[in-house]
Amino acid sequence: MATHSKRPKLAVWKFASCDGCQLSLLDCEDELLAVSEAVEIAYFAEASRAMQKGPYDISLVEGSITTPHDAERIHQIRRSSRVLITIGACATAGGIQALRNFKNVKEFTRTVYAHPEYIDTLKTSTPISHHVKVDFELRGCPINKAQLLEVIEALLHGRKPNTPAHSVCMECKLAGTVCVMVAHGTPCLGPVTHAGCDALCPRYNRGCFGCYGPKESPNTHALAAEWQRLGAQLRTIRHAFRNFNAWAEEFRKESEKHEP
Amino acid sequence: METVPKAPVVIAEKALHTLVCELQSAGYRVIGPTLRDQAIIYDEIDSVADLPQGWTDEQQPGSYRVAKRPDMALFGYTVGPHSWKKFLHPPRLRLWQASRTGNEVSFSHDETPSQKYAFLGVRSCELHAIAIQDQVFLQAGHEDVGYRQRRDDSFIIALNCSEAGGTCFCASMKTGPQATNSFDLALTELLSEDRHEFLVEIGSQAGADLMHGIASREASAGDLETAEKLLAQTAANMGRHLDTQGLKERLQENPEHRRWDEVAARCLSCSNCTLVCPTCFCTSVEDTADLAGDTAERWRRWDSCFNGEFSYIHGGSVRSSTKSRYRQWLTHKLAHWVDQFGSSGCVGCGRCISWCPTGIDITEEAAAIGSAASPPEDAS
Ligand code: SF4
Ligand code: SF4
Ligand code: SF4
Repeated sequence: MATHSKRPKLAVWKFASCDGCQLSLLDCEDELLAVSEAVEIAYFAEASRAMQKGPYDISLVEGSITTPHDAERIHQIRRSSRVLITIGACATAGGIQALRNFKNVKEFTRTVYAHPEYIDTLKTSTPISHHVKVDFELRGCPINKAQLLEVIEALLHGRKPNTPAHSVCMECKLAGTVCVMVAHGTPCLGPVTHAGCDALCPRYNRGCFGCYGPKESPNTHALAAEWQRLGAQLRTIRHAFRNFNAWAEEFRKESEKHEP
Repeated sequence: METVPKAPVVIAEKALHTLVCELQSAGYRVIGPTLRDQAIIYDEIDSVADLPQGWTDEQQPGSYRVAKRPDMALFGYTVGPHSWKKFLHPPRLRLWQASRTGNEVSFSHDETPSQKYAFLGVRSCELHAIAIQDQVFLQAGHEDVGYRQRRDDSFIIALNCSEAGGTCFCASMKTGPQATNSFDLALTELLSEDRHEFLVEIGSQAGADLMHGIASREASAGDLETAEKLLAQTAANMGRHLDTQGLKERLQENPEHRRWDEVAARCLSCSNCTLVCPTCFCTSVEDTADLAGDTAERWRRWDSCFNGEFSYIHGGSVRSSTKSRYRQWLTHKLAHWVDQFGSSGCVGCGRCISWCPTGIDITEEAAAIGSAASPPEDAS
């Protein structure tokens, strides 16, 4: 494979995250060989100890910014990357750890750590785009590996990836899934959530949890009103919007409307 | 499909089973209503036993529930979340493939599958919806070859509705409840304490041929009268109503009605209404390739005017607000469609009302927007 000397160099970076999204790349078992033929995996700590120096053609960034050190590091990565793509809800919206943004993080460190004075952390967990320019954001908690391959392939061939920003309802209806909200009275976040999972939860008779964050022009207010009609408590609605994508603006604002 | 006027006949409930078997041995995949995930959907059935016998549905804006019936009717419900467009105009369809060898690129079409469908239980509104999609896809000069094939290969067993649903308004749209369009056979379920039979009307030679193998008797005047009464009752019990008199003009004259803002406040722009609608036909195409760039495919998939990307042109979406998307949908369906195709785009099936997660009711919205003379009522 050393013959592919002009393969673009790919790097995978980790910030505050669970590693699930990077693992989606390793999860591409059948396609991994094709990926490594199409790009040179130059830096991927999770997969290999061989770490090449930059600059890199493509950087996939997982995780959110939660420490002063990381807030510095992301700038270095941006400087050494031609194209920077964030993968997953942490990198794109701040992740579940952005729940700290609604509270005082000092209180947490005092409760959790024996020596909180050693903890050097920011007050907030923020998406990569709050710090540097991001070229493309891939949604999901975790991301869908088929979408990751689609993004890499589209990038290699210079076209826009097919990762539509429409609702999860679209995916439900394309698959012929029966709507859990209308037919079962189960509250579902699908109508305000960005597609990408192929309506995984509704296909198993569960309401959508909103893993892919807000769709384009989401009407969270009307959906919350509908949830209430279905009997959801304010607390349930607040928690639903305050999840993996809690700090995504539209979800954050809706959750704040349902504060006690 | 040419109309072959043949005297209607009556068959026993059991004979319906034979009818399904005959279709299967003639090479058809028989598609009919069946119960899944607490809804009556359309899918392949192996036999009459797969039909939701003894079940009904209760439909209201934003709500659909299946329930047990007091009787053993085979077709005692109305339309569900699926429509026949799922088969005739599939949600995803590969249009072509391309492959590259060296500097050569070659393209190939998918062979249209020789899949023949027999649709069992096609309601009158649905026959009208199919006729509307025929107009779209079979326009002279731009015929969709695959659609033509699927359509020509389909065998249609229509069903006269013995009951109207809570969101039905075909009577207003003059599209039902009696099946009068082209069909091969049309059934009316005749069910009472002491009988369970079907009145069968024959609408084509293929229908007549199929009936040769089925035990039947000539329909009596009494049978026809029973069926007629049933249909009159259904027509009189529509869950919804829409005044179509001058509706096109009334809607086209009111692009700035404040009701558009009110409905937009409730609309999720989720696209459910358009995808369940049996006449909505819009699609997008998506290209994919393999990582090496040696093979590529073009796919067509259902799209919706409620999606921002749908109206994207260089620089942004033409319809960025939900208000403009809802207005586009409703006025196209009920008004501009008339200019474009010569009929309304709505057949009054009520799906968009039942399957809208916030229960937005097209009959209510059209009535409010079309009544500009009086101030619009409050939305709340
Ligand atoms: S189940 Fe949820 S995602 Fe699917 S159509 Fe219904 S509301 Fe939309
Ligand atoms: S607009 Fe609504 S009622 Fe009319 S045909 Fe479409 S889904 Fe049925
Ligand atoms: S009218 Fe109802 S189903 Fe249609 S896009 Fe709006 S909320 Fe969704």
